[in-house]
Parts: sequence; structure tokens; C-alpha cells
Amino acid sequence: MEYTQAGLRETEYEEIRRVLGREPNECELRIMGVMWSEHCSYKSTKNLLKLFPNNGDRVVLGPGENAGIIDLGDGLGAAFKAESHNHPSAVAPYQGAATGVGGIIRDILALGARPVASMDGLFFGEPSSSRTQSLASGIVHGVGGYGNAVGVPTVGGKTAYDPSYNENPLLNAFCIGLIPLDEIVSSRTARPGQAVVLLGSKTGRDGIAGAAFASVELSEDNKASRPSIQIGDPFGEKLLIEACLEMNEKKLIVSMQDMGAAGIISSSSEVAAKSGVGMILHFDKIPLRAENMEPWEIALSESQERMLLIVDRSYLHEVMEVAEKWELDCAEFGETVEGDEYTILFHGERAASLPATLIGDRCPLIPWPSRRPADLEKKWEFDVDDIPLPEDWNETLLSLLADPSLASKKRIYEQYDSMVQLNTVIGPGHPVSMLRIKGRDSLIAMTLDADPWKCSLDPFRGGAETVARTVRDLAVAGARAAGLTDCLNFPSPEVPEQYWVLEECVKGMAEACGAFDCPVVSGNVSLYNESPDGAILPTPVVGTVGIIPSIDAALSAGTWEEGDVLFLVGPCNPSLAGSRYLLSQGKLAGRPLPFYPEAEKDFVERALKTASAKAAHSGRALSGGGLAAALAKESMESGIGASISLSIPTRKDILLFGEGCARALYAVPMSRVPLFKVLWNGYPCIQLGRVGGERLSVEGAFSLTVSELLSKWRNG
Amino acid sequence: MNTAVIVFPGSNCDQDVMHAVAGSLGTKVRAVWHKETTLPEDTDFVILPGGFSFGDYLRCGAMAARSPIMKAVAEHGRRGGLLLGICNGFQILTESRLLPGALLPNRTLNFVCRPCFLRVESVSTPFSSLFSKGQVVQFPIAHGDGLYTLPEEELKALEDRGGVVFRYSDSDGLTGDDANPNGSANNIAGIVNERGNILGLMPHPERASEALTGGEDGRVFWQSILESFTKGGR
Amino acid sequence: MTYRVSIFIELQEGVLDIQGKAVERSLAGMGHDALRSVKVGKYIQVWVETGSAEDARKEAERMCDDLLVNSVIEQFRIEVEGE
Repeated sequence: MEYTQAGLRETEYEEIRRVLGREPNECELRIMGVMWSEHCSYKSTKNLLKLFPNNGDRVVLGPGENAGIIDLGDGLGAAFKAESHNHPSAVAPYQGAATGVGGIIRDILALGARPVASMDGLFFGEPSSSRTQSLASGIVHGVGGYGNAVGVPTVGGKTAYDPSYNENPLLNAFCIGLIPLDEIVSSRTARPGQAVVLLGSKTGRDGIAGAAFASVELSEDNKASRPSIQIGDPFGEKLLIEACLEMNEKKLIVSMQDMGAAGIISSSSEVAAKSGVGMILHFDKIPLRAENMEPWEIALSESQERMLLIVDRSYLHEVMEVAEKWELDCAEFGETVEGDEYTILFHGERAASLPATLIGDRCPLIPWPSRRPADLEKKWEFDVDDIPLPEDWNETLLSLLADPSLASKKRIYEQYDSMVQLNTVIGPGHPVSMLRIKGRDSLIAMTLDADPWKCSLDPFRGGAETVARTVRDLAVAGARAAGLTDCLNFPSPEVPEQYWVLEECVKGMAEACGAFDCPVVSGNVSLYNESPDGAILPTPVVGTVGIIPSIDAALSAGTWEEGDVLFLVGPCNPSLAGSRYLLSQGKLAGRPLPFYPEAEKDFVERALKTASAKAAHSGRALSGGGLAAALAKESMESGIGASISLSIPTRKDILLFGEGCARALYAVPMSRVPLFKVLWNGYPCIQLGRVGGERLSVEGAFSLTVSELLSKWRNG
Repeated sequence: MNTAVIVFPGSNCDQDVMHAVAGSLGTKVRAVWHKETTLPEDTDFVILPGGFSFGDYLRCGAMAARSPIMKAVAEHGRRGGLLLGICNGFQILTESRLLPGALLPNRTLNFVCRPCFLRVESVSTPFSSLFSKGQVVQFPIAHGDGLYTLPEEELKALEDRGGVVFRYSDSDGLTGDDANPNGSANNIAGIVNERGNILGLMPHPERASEALTGGEDGRVFWQSILESFTKGGR
Repeated sequence: MTYRVSIFIELQEGVLDIQGKAVERSLAGMGHDALRSVKVGKYIQVWVETGSAEDARKEAERMCDDLLVNSVIEQFRIEVEGE
């Protein structure tokens, strides 16, 4: 077999030969081809990811593990991670999405944490196309079908539409779990002489080389590659969760790893390499679902709902008992040994023998050439004077609210169980989702966001803005961001201009993370998101988690009360560049505003104080659709109108629809106005008007009843 | 009042319902694994919780209804013991023939999860005695198969005997088609057997048992059960 | 001898077949003008070891009564084939 057939590059093949001191056999070649694919090895991005800050006061576990963990205080941790499942969702939407949800849940479980909530990032093509409708329907059903059954609530997310996702939709799944810090299961703790155990479903041919599939562009050829698609069984996963947690509670396991991409080989070699042990695996002992499987197929199978356990032999019997109670297959199929040798035995023969540390760790990095796109400045050339003021403000606002990316996502999120486990204080449909922690005062706050349009116009600024949006949302809600996870969804890195965009996005995100002291604790990279029709927009998706010290320090959105005074905090000169307003008119142009670290940090501190001092009834950081969208959403959700006058020289469309900068809209009860003004003294802050009546009116612009707004926002 | 919550593989509201009953009433609640063949001897109240027992494969609740513990559960019900099935538990009750009818896929063919208004139709059951007739309460729903169906004559008989305890309505108590989230016959959300000791309920009272998460109407539901039990000594 | 028993399950007449209706609407929308109606049901295969095809049928009928079919809403028919 040629190394190219295994998907290896020449330098990679040479490196393998050099380390082995011999020719790899076919099984070894196939294993290395998958393990050194982009999806498993991060060979194009490892150096870039080093730019992210990973440390912080609250970080217990950073990148490189199944998920990151932050300290919630008093011995409890929150484990969270986001992961993409884009290619599978493009080819088989229901199963691709379902197994994406299942995979991220197992990542959390692998740390010993109970998964308590999910969020999802969905990026679809043109909403009117039947292709998009069928992909979207399949993906949404898949997310719900799996998450609902497995009993993990879907409490939030982000859904956006752009033609660049027509053939390559994105599904990013986020999951968070809770774990007592002294019960964290590590992949670094295996010792020689322990048993290697496979728990869960039988191993079949499904999903073989899925990781490799995720590492190339979608083409007509591989659209037919149905064997790459795994079938999800949420029922099996639910049993797996309960069994693993029971085993961990009883302290029966040394180490645990979920089987996702590249199944057995990836999970076992990772534990071996990280723990500094070797392994001897007997593939004849693995329960199989298909006949005549080759050892490389068994090694690479991506059959779902399986976990790898490392068990001290004295507990093997008890592990088997727990597995039997939950009616799960459980097989000891190998042992850990001294050294670095990772050996697969099959039918009495040595099928593969590789250094464990070679498999997952030592893929030569690829320094792709990077080139600033020549047309970047051209995209920035945009004269606001060429944009006429709206002729009919009412119509303009209504059509903005009906823009599918901004419109209500109720029809999607009502298909997800958002309440099971009884922790959901604020569920989907809000800027920030909040979970209570039973028996404690503090709340977990989280949000997931992306702004691919600003990233495409100026990747550095767009990357920073993406992070900033989540941090602002959390701060307004009363939560200090403690850490974030990201999915970097990009097209092929082999095009120098596309690599440059990726690089700049990461740099921008890293700058914002650093400024906010919000480390990246986990994440994944999904490259080659393109089809013959073209590349997707650069889409870094960020899921940020924060802590609210008590329910009293939480500030909700969409809770205006009659007589409240409305304030806009933040600069009055936002930008229409990459704004939802221009996008809804079909224009993607302009240069987004830069990231001002000092102003952003100032905003966060004031917003946190505003929430904890109960200085407002309702607050919402401005994002897509700017002030106008924020006013409309607050008004619709509160079921009450407001009268607003803008006595500012800025062009009204820019002030109302512009985006960027740390800005927020607050509704402040009359009695708290003096306090509010003190809290924001020294930061731009203007009084907009008063809450009341049935109409949302902005003097010299729109005036619409709440029900007119609602009908357009909900029904388009 | 000692409560037993039956846990089937795939149940996912078992912990929630235990939390809600213990939190609302402070009474003893135990989990009972489906493979048991007897209930704890002092069991007064049995709950079949929501979830996706056996993955909802074949038909929702079908395999759970044939679980080893169900003989004891049915016997408990036949003796007049209090028995409640919530969501998947309701499906298990119809599959066990402990309640009439069947639950079909929602008419939208979509799973639906949201707060829902219910009108209390009967207060002469142990599950609703502390509500007032016609009162509108709010419990969330979360199901894919909640369309209650029954042949016409049986439906009429059910209505005539006052077997419908909760009906989907709007906030004013109107039970129009707009207020029907799944296409259930006559907006039916919850029914009791003739004897009045077995309730099947699609919405989740355990999700409305705390102010912080979903409201407190569910507490009245649990308190009704405790009070009826204490008075009636069932 | 081993028999393969095919069990076809459908909703009883009079029980609203929502999936059938949805499929019907979709097909009609795609321009399948010849379409008159659609029913969506289930198809289950079981393999049984019995002395005769008749016994295989009886065994399968018992399985339907015990679990596979909900007689409140569903009806079924059986086909038996020797293997």
C-alpha cells in the first residue's frame, strides 16, 4: 500500500520510517494516516493555538484533555468543550448532528463529569433553498433527537444563515458538565499492569476513517461516502453515562477516554502516551458487530457510544458488574506495560507495533504559507454616504427583524428539551443561558456566539469581536467570564490567503482573551470546510462560561417594566461594517471597529457592578442588529413599548443599526437612576427614554406596536 | 407517604421527580430499578417518570410496560394505591392498559418543549384536590409523542365520567385548537382511571416545583397528593 | 426449521396517521399527481425455529400480542417464509 493512499504526506511517511527504522506495514500505515490527519493531529494549527492564553485563576484543566475544567469554588468544577461535526452533518444531517451531540457529551463524561447542559452552533445556507431546509431540518432533529433522549438539556446556542454554508453547513456542539474536583478522571494516570477495557457498543465498520473524511474538502465524490457516517444511539449513551458515573463514584477506574474520531486507536494511544506507558491490545477480544473485520478497521472504527477504561485488575470484577447492571458490553482487551511500545495482536499475529508517543503526538507540523488577501482593502472601501437613510423606517426595522439570522429561533429551540435535570434558570432565546447549581447560591452563565461576517472583513478584529461579544453578554448578565471553548471552522489552510485569515482570527481572539483574562480551556479545529461551490466564511465559534455569585447578582434581559428609564451605555459611533443591517440588504462591506481593550475591560467591570447592585431591571449587550434590534427584542420579550428620542448628531441609521464596541441597553427603575448614573460615570452613557405603552417609538425613526414587531420577528 | 420512583433504562426525569417530591413535600422518596419484582413494602405512591425508556424504540413506553417491576406496579394500582405516570410514564400506563387510549406522535411531528397552560377539569381526584375547578396552571411540556387518542365512544365515556383532569388551554383557560400543543383529542393533557387513583399526565409538574426553575404550580399538585393520602389513608 | 416471519404493522383505520399525511403532502408538493394516499407503518422481521410454518405464524402472533403491536391503535399482518 502506498503512503499516499493512507493520506500521508511524504515528509510524514519519512518521519514514520525514520522513527520505526523500518517500513510500516499496511495496518500501521492506515493507522498513522488517520492519526496524522488534520482532524486528529492539528498539524496545521498547533502552532497557532499556542497563541491562546490557557491559564487563569480558575483554570483547573486546560487544552489537551478531553475538555477544559474551571473551578466553581468549594471543590466543584465545570468541564466544558465545543466540537464541530460539520462534514458528517453535511452528508447525513440527522445522524451527523446526533453523533456530534453524543460525541461532545462523552468528552465531558470522560473526565468523570455529569453532563448538565448543551448548546449548539448552527450555520445554514440560504434559508429559502430547499437544500438548506432539508439539511436544517435534519440537523435540528438530530440535535434534539439525541440530546432529548439522553437527558441533557439544550439551553442555548446560535443559528445563522449565509449562502457560504449552502453545501457545507456547520454543526458545533457544546457541552458542560459538573464534577467534584477530587473526582476528576485523568488520561495521565495509567500505570503498567492495568487492564484496558472497552465499555459500550459493539465495534462495527461504521465511521471508519471519519477523521480523515473531516480533513478534506467536501466533494461530489465523498458525498456518497455513506460508510463514513456513524449511527447514534442516545439510549446506549444514556446507559453509558450512568454506568461510567457509577464506576467513577465507586472509584473503580484509573483512567477513561471517549472513543470519538479514530476510535480505539486514538483513545488508547492517547492514554498510553500521556501516562507514559505502553500497551498490548488483543483485538480478538473486542466484541464486534460486523464479520471479517481487519485489525485496522477495528482500530479506526468510529462506532458510537463506546468508552475506553483503564482499570486496576482488582476492580475488574466490579466494573463488569456495573456494566451488566446497565446492560452494556464490557470487555477487557489489553493491558498497560512498561515502556512506549503500543502493540496490536490479532489472530496470534502482531498486527501493528508503534511507539505510543509517535501515534498521537509527533506528526510533523505543516507551516502553510500565509498571504494577506489582495482584496482586503477593497472590501473596506465603503462610503457610508453611499448608503441612503431608510425611506420607511418601520419597514426597515420589520425586515431586519425578519432576517432569518436575527429572527426568533423559537421554532428551533422548542424542539429541544431545555429543562430536564431541573437546573435551567434562563433557557434558550436569551443572550445568556443560566443554570443553577443545586444546593448552592451561585449560577453558571454561558453563551455561544460567532460573527463570521466581521471575521471575513477583518479577521483580527472579527476574531476579537467574537470573543468580546460573549464576554459582554455575560458581564451584563452579572457573570464574569471564567473561560471559553472554541470551534475554529475554516476552509482549507492550503490556500495562503485562507491560512492568513485563520491566523489573524486566532490572533484577534487571543488578544481579546488576554485582555479579558478569559483563557481558552478547550476547543477544536475544523478545516477544509468548502465545497465545489466555494469556501465557508471564516467561522470561529466561541462558547464562554462565567459565574454569577448569587441569583441576586443576576440580571435578566427582556424584563422591562412600565416607567423604567432606558439608557444606552457605550460609544455613539458604532459601525455599519459587517452589520446585520447591511447584510440584510445584501451588502458585506466595510471595516469593523477595532478592539479597544481598556474600554472593554472598563465596560465589563461597570456591567458587573450594575448587575450586583441591582441598578437595572433588564440589560442587554448590543450585538447583531445594533441598538434597534436590542430595543425591539427587549420590548417584545417584555411585552411593553417605549418612547425614545435620540438627540445625538450621529446619523440615525448608524446609531440605531451600527455594531461593534462595548455597548449595552439598560432599563433602570426611576429610583435607581442616580445609582446607575454613578456606576457609569466616566463611560459614555445617554438617557434614551421611558418604557411604557404599546408602541416602540424612536423619534424621527420607527414607531410600531409590540404585536407588529412580534409577528414579524416570529413569523417572518 | 412513601414514594417509589421507578427507574427504567432511558428514564431521564427520575432524579428530577425525586428532587421535586422531596423538595415540595419533604417525604421519603426512593428509586426502584425496573428489574425489581416487588415494590418496597411500605410504598404508598408510585411514579413512572418521564424520559425515553428503552430509547422509545418500537413504541414509546412499550418495552417499559413489560418490565419485571410492572406487575407489582399494576397490582399496586389495582389495590387502589396512588400511581402517577408523567410523560413517558403516561405512555407506559397506556401501554400497560392501566389507562385507556394511546399517545401518538405530535401532529407537528416535532418534539416540543415549552411552558404550557393547563385548565384543571376535575378537583375530585387525589392529584388535583387543592386546585379549584377551572383554575389555569402552568406546567412545562417536553415530548414528541403526546397526541392522546381514543376511539370516539370511549372518549365520550371518558369525558362523561369526568376522567379528564387536565386540558391544554391558553392563559385564560380557553381550550381552543391554538392552545393544543400536540393535537390531543379534546386538548387532553391528563386523565385518571375510573377509580381515580391512577393519573397519566403529559406535562411535567416536577418542572414547575421551584420558583427559580419553572414556577411553583407543581407544588400544589404534589401537596394535593399528600393531603389526599393523609386524609384518605390510601 | 428456521422461518423468517415478516410482520407488517400499520395504524388502524380511523386512527390519524400523521406521518402518512406529512409524507403525502410532501410527495404531492413534489408534483406526484398520481398519488392518492400514503400510510406509514412498521416492518419487523423475526427468525423463529419451529416445527412448521403454521407454528411460526402462531409464535409471531403471540409476539405481536405480547409486545410488537399495540392493539389499541395498530393492526398487523404476517408473512412466513422458510429459510
